[in-house]
Parts: sequence; structure tokens; C-alpha cells
Amino acid sequence: MNTTQTEPRTQQQRAQHEYVAPHVNIFETKDGYVLEAEMPGVNKDGLEVTLEDNELTLVGRRGHDAGQGEPLFRERQLADFRRVFELDPAIDTAKVSARIEQGVLTLTLPKSERVKPRKITVN
Amino acid sequence: MNYLTRWQPTFGRLTSLRDEIDRLFEVPLAELARGSRLLSGWTPALDIFEDKDNLVVKAELPGMKREDIQVSLHDGSLSISGERKTESKHEDAEVYRAERFVGRFQRTVTLPTPVAGDKVKADYKDGILTITLPKTEEAKPKQIEVNVN
Repeated sequence: MNTTQTEPRTQQQRAQHEYVAPHVNIFETKDGYVLEAEMPGVNKDGLEVTLEDNELTLVGRRGHDAGQGEPLFRERQLADFRRVFELDPAIDTAKVSARIEQGVLTLTLPKSERVKPRKITVN
Repeated sequence: MNYLTRWQPTFGRLTSLRDEIDRLFEVPLAELARGSRLLSGWTPALDIFEDKDNLVVKAELPGMKREDIQVSLHDGSLSISGERKTESKHEDAEVYRAERFVGRFQRTVTLPTPVAGDKVKADYKDGILTITLPKTEEAKPKQIEVNVN
């Protein structure tokens, strides 16, 4: 398990930028995993999905709301989204696909044997 | 059905406790209180803005279908409600985590100034519902001339 390697990097990134963790749903079927992450205000341009070793990092940057006037009441958070997952080694990282619709990122992670780290293109 | 499952340090198993504690530190206290299912169910976050011509309300409603969202204006109050239904395609899957809210929600906001009900616009993009409510003419700020005698 890479947990000890992960720790220093996460703390460093946290110091540079405040992030919020998106809510996720994770399902497992016989063919693989499906991960849904809620990132309202994020579209394809603000999304970064990276896969390295067994670690999946999701980063969603919100567009900036400009020129709406004075805020009377604010509940929405301004921070960008970030969450890191450790993956089941049975996932075939070459076949991971991603789609984002109305602020929900859906990742499909089929099972197979491991391959080298790579970036994922979003449809 | 597995009676003896293979030990896997993944998604929901060992790391779930650590993730929950991480979430406690990453998420501001207000969201924890607001997001608690026990207390209030799903209450989507809202922002309200005002400029000289409009009131603008933004609600976070990711992953909804347009037909499942209702917006109505009544007696100076704006009401946003709807329902997120569970997706049937995941019925046969094993659920590791289910953090996303499901079900009905409703939020009502009393508007601070009168608005022209027939000119209200609502847009749903990237999971954010933006409602633009133009103020009535009387409600807009006006310059009042001061006569000096």
C-alpha cells in the first residue's frame, strides 16, 4: 500500500490551495467500478483526472462567477474540488473512461491487470 | 453471494475511516451541519446576489434532469424544489459509497425586493441552476433630485 508515500504530497498541495472533497458514489459490478463525483460548476475545461500507480486524483476547478452584483446570502463554497482514491489493482488503467454532465463526473474503471500511469482524456 | 470476501484495501474498506476523518477537516462546519441526512435531508446550497436591475439566485443541483426541477414564485417568495431519482442502471451493483443525496428537496427564499414575475429566467448549466429575477421599476434604485430653494 502506498499510504506513506501519499501523505507528504497531499499535505503540500493542501498548503498551496484550499480544496473541498466532492461527494461520490462508488459502485462495483462484475466488469469493473463506476465512480460518480458531484462537482457543480465544473465542466470539461476545469476538470483534471490523473492516474498514477494505483492512485486516482480528481480535480475540478469551478468557473468564476463574474458580475452578478452584491452577494446578499452565500452558502456555496468557492473552493475547487479535489479528491484522491486508491484503486483496486485489478482495474485496467488503460481502459478508464470519463464523462462529465451537469456537474457530475462519471468514471468507468474496468477490471483487468495493471498498466503504466497515464492521463485520461474526458469525452 | 460471497461469505468469505477477499481482503482488498480499496475504496470502502480500510481507507473509509481515514477518508471520513479527512472530510471532517476539508469540509467547513456549515456544510456538515447542512448536509446531515439525519437532521434535514437534502438542502442544496444557494447564493443570492443583487445588482441594480436584478436579483440572481444560484443553486447547486448537480446531475439533475431539467424536468425534475421546479421553480415557482409566489407572494414575494421564490421556491425551488425537485427530486433526484435513483438510477436504475446501478441496481445490480455492489455499493461501496453513496454520498450523493437522493430524493426530494425544497428551498424557499423570501425575496428582499419585488420582482417582475413574468420576466423571470431560469438556466441550468454545469449542475448550477441560475434564476434571474428582474426587479420591478419601483424597486430599482432611483436618483431623486434635490431642489434647493
